[in-house]
Amino acid sequence: MAGAGKGAVDKVLAAVIGTGQTKHTTKRDDVSIAGLCREAADRALDDAGMTWTDIDAVVVGKAPDLFEGVMMPELSMAEALGAVGKPLLRVHTAGSVGGSTAIVATSLVQAGIHQRVLTLAFEKQSESNAMWALSIPMPFSMPVHAGAGGYFAPHVRSYIRRSGAPTHVGAMVAAKDRRNGAKNPLAHLHQPDITVEKVQESMMLWDPIRFDETCPSSDGACAMVLVDENTADAHVSAGKGPAAWIHATAMRTEPTMFAGRDQVNPLAGREAAKALWEQAGITDPLEEIDVAEIYVPFSWFEPMWLENLGFVPEGDGWKLTESGETDLGGKLPINVSGGVLSSNPIGASGMIRFAEAAKQILGRCGEYQVEGARKALGHAYGGGSQFFAMWVVAADKPGV
Amino acid sequence: MRSVAVVGFAQAPNVRRTTGTANGVEMLVPIAHELYAQTGLEKRDIGFFCSGSSDYIAGRAFSFVMAVDAIGAWPPINESHVEMDAAWALYEAWVKLQTGEIDTALVYGFGKSSGSDLRRVLSLQLDPYYLAPLWPDSVSLAALQCRLGLDAGKWGEKDMAEVVARSRADARSNPNAQLSGDPTADDLLGEPYLADPLRRHDCAPITDGAAGVVLVAGERANEIRDTPAWITGFEHRIDAQNLGARDLTTAPSASSAAVAAGVDGASVAELHAPFSHQELILREAMGLGGEVRINPSGGPLCANPMFAAGLIRIGEAARRVWDGDAAKVVAHATSGPCLQQNLVCVMEAG
Repeated sequence: MAGAGKGAVDKVLAAVIGTGQTKHTTKRDDVSIAGLCREAADRALDDAGMTWTDIDAVVVGKAPDLFEGVMMPELSMAEALGAVGKPLLRVHTAGSVGGSTAIVATSLVQAGIHQRVLTLAFEKQSESNAMWALSIPMPFSMPVHAGAGGYFAPHVRSYIRRSGAPTHVGAMVAAKDRRNGAKNPLAHLHQPDITVEKVQESMMLWDPIRFDETCPSSDGACAMVLVDENTADAHVSAGKGPAAWIHATAMRTEPTMFAGRDQVNPLAGREAAKALWEQAGITDPLEEIDVAEIYVPFSWFEPMWLENLGFVPEGDGWKLTESGETDLGGKLPINVSGGVLSSNPIGASGMIRFAEAAKQILGRCGEYQVEGARKALGHAYGGGSQFFAMWVVAADKPGV
Repeated sequence: MRSVAVVGFAQAPNVRRTTGTANGVEMLVPIAHELYAQTGLEKRDIGFFCSGSSDYIAGRAFSFVMAVDAIGAWPPINESHVEMDAAWALYEAWVKLQTGEIDTALVYGFGKSSGSDLRRVLSLQLDPYYLAPLWPDSVSLAALQCRLGLDAGKWGEKDMAEVVARSRADARSNPNAQLSGDPTADDLLGEPYLADPLRRHDCAPITDGAAGVVLVAGERANEIRDTPAWITGFEHRIDAQNLGARDLTTAPSASSAAVAAGVDGASVAELHAPFSHQELILREAMGLGGEVRINPSGGPLCANPMFAAGLIRIGEAARRVWDGDAAKVVAHATSGPCLQQNLVCVMEAG
């Protein structure tokens, strides 16, 4: 083979046929880290109509090991993850990791290396203290000592100043996502009666981000079963359920800090989106995407990412949000599962976005199902708005 | 499978202690420059970057984030990271090449172990509820593994000393090695125990280091190297975590990875065995007979930068193919306590 076989490669088509999540909550002290992961994985296998012996390889993701205080926890979960005797990969790309992990699993199928891959991401925040883990002083680095909210608040202020957005838009996003979360039995926070006014009355944490505009700290896990075209076709024709076909994946990275960087509308996010839409054959994402799960840990990131993803021109994101078109029943429903604002097991949050997009295609969203959803976006970001991972899943095979 | 070859390899000098940061930037910048010089590629030619490192070695969350500065992620790059030895980062990059999305990849790994008490840090890899609270350290666990093999008559202390003597002697021709010399096995057996039955020389040294490798798909590899090291088998597996529940004198995951990757006929193997007796376990598990030359670089007993040492095995093995010393080589990487997780990469000349 050596030297031969160059040239174009035909990717194997890949699809999601099962997803599983835990009930996200502040503290799961009834299960170990392995038990938490097992619960999500069992549910995903169940959803796919598969058992552990069907799985060829396992791809695990989570945010920093210091969040639980366990170094490379996947090693001690080899049995719980059904990985003994199989390949096990561990991905870590900061907050985008849940998305990146799903993309690595997708590549294993698309490359023709495996037919059935289990991918899983988790965080059990109650085992340690994320604020501490994020605040270790490092030589030659300016300490933030404020967690993620303190880091991102200046970006939000800058967005408001640049776009001229009215200040209630953030509260609108928070009220919408929390109301949606109340329809999702697995969401951490259930606040069906929340209003924009109540959000605006909540405590200011990092101006202009209020308490109710902030994601919770959650224990939770999310898993998906990804399969190749033959397996997905057999699954569908056997009447076991539909498949969500993966049309495109993209990842981009830029450095944390340098003077020329636009942290409000990062170039890495814009380039990832451009590559994603091209790969998916999408020319007008606002018209062609039926539902989107976007990583919004603080309310204002909804309008910011709407622009970064190219759904609307720069400066117009808040207008779409304010018009109500991002709510269930709107032109582009965003985070109808409740989003990161309703559940945030950090390492899993990105994969939950990817899985919720797939669930919309599979028609498994119950009360928050977007009717007729045929094409969905899953999006994750991490670090100082510098790591991006995203995918497009659809009811039809690519090219159909 | 698409043809993919290793065409570039560079490493930092392996030393006991550097003055650089735990993010590896000071070690990685020269490596990136050397890789570009070796291959004639530029940063913009690289389709995908992937790295391997550990936050617990660096003593901070997100240590790999600053390492991205070493490769200069502007304009933005297509990039990923594994919390594993960078040999697995190379695997992820190889998978990406197999999808056809990219044609080139640069992979790197780094570990600055001098900033911590490595053997205690590695205790945190154990089951967090049942085992880690007892703080069994990595050297003690390896000593228990070694004792099991000695008691079972699978190897003797002399066999272990011979592994060390050969490694130190081979390392004399490796300018990046941390340790080298020409002790005899008898000299070594006269040394005191560090963790009975392991002597200090049976254990890999504590090393600060980093490494990088360039992968290229298709014909382009022939433009970069006269004899590229084509990857013809690439497999990895993991064994159960419970140290009391598996036979520690074998490595089933290394065996099945070696069979699947097709190691038969290789004349050189670079094995990531951080303890002398683990080389003996791996040779048997992977079916490497006496005709296979083991660790001509000196191996991890002469330099063991955490999270880069596995990648270095791949680079060192590839170098034998480039130089025409071997037509087929095997590289191996390990992760976790007592050889729990194992990766095998087979490379061949054209």
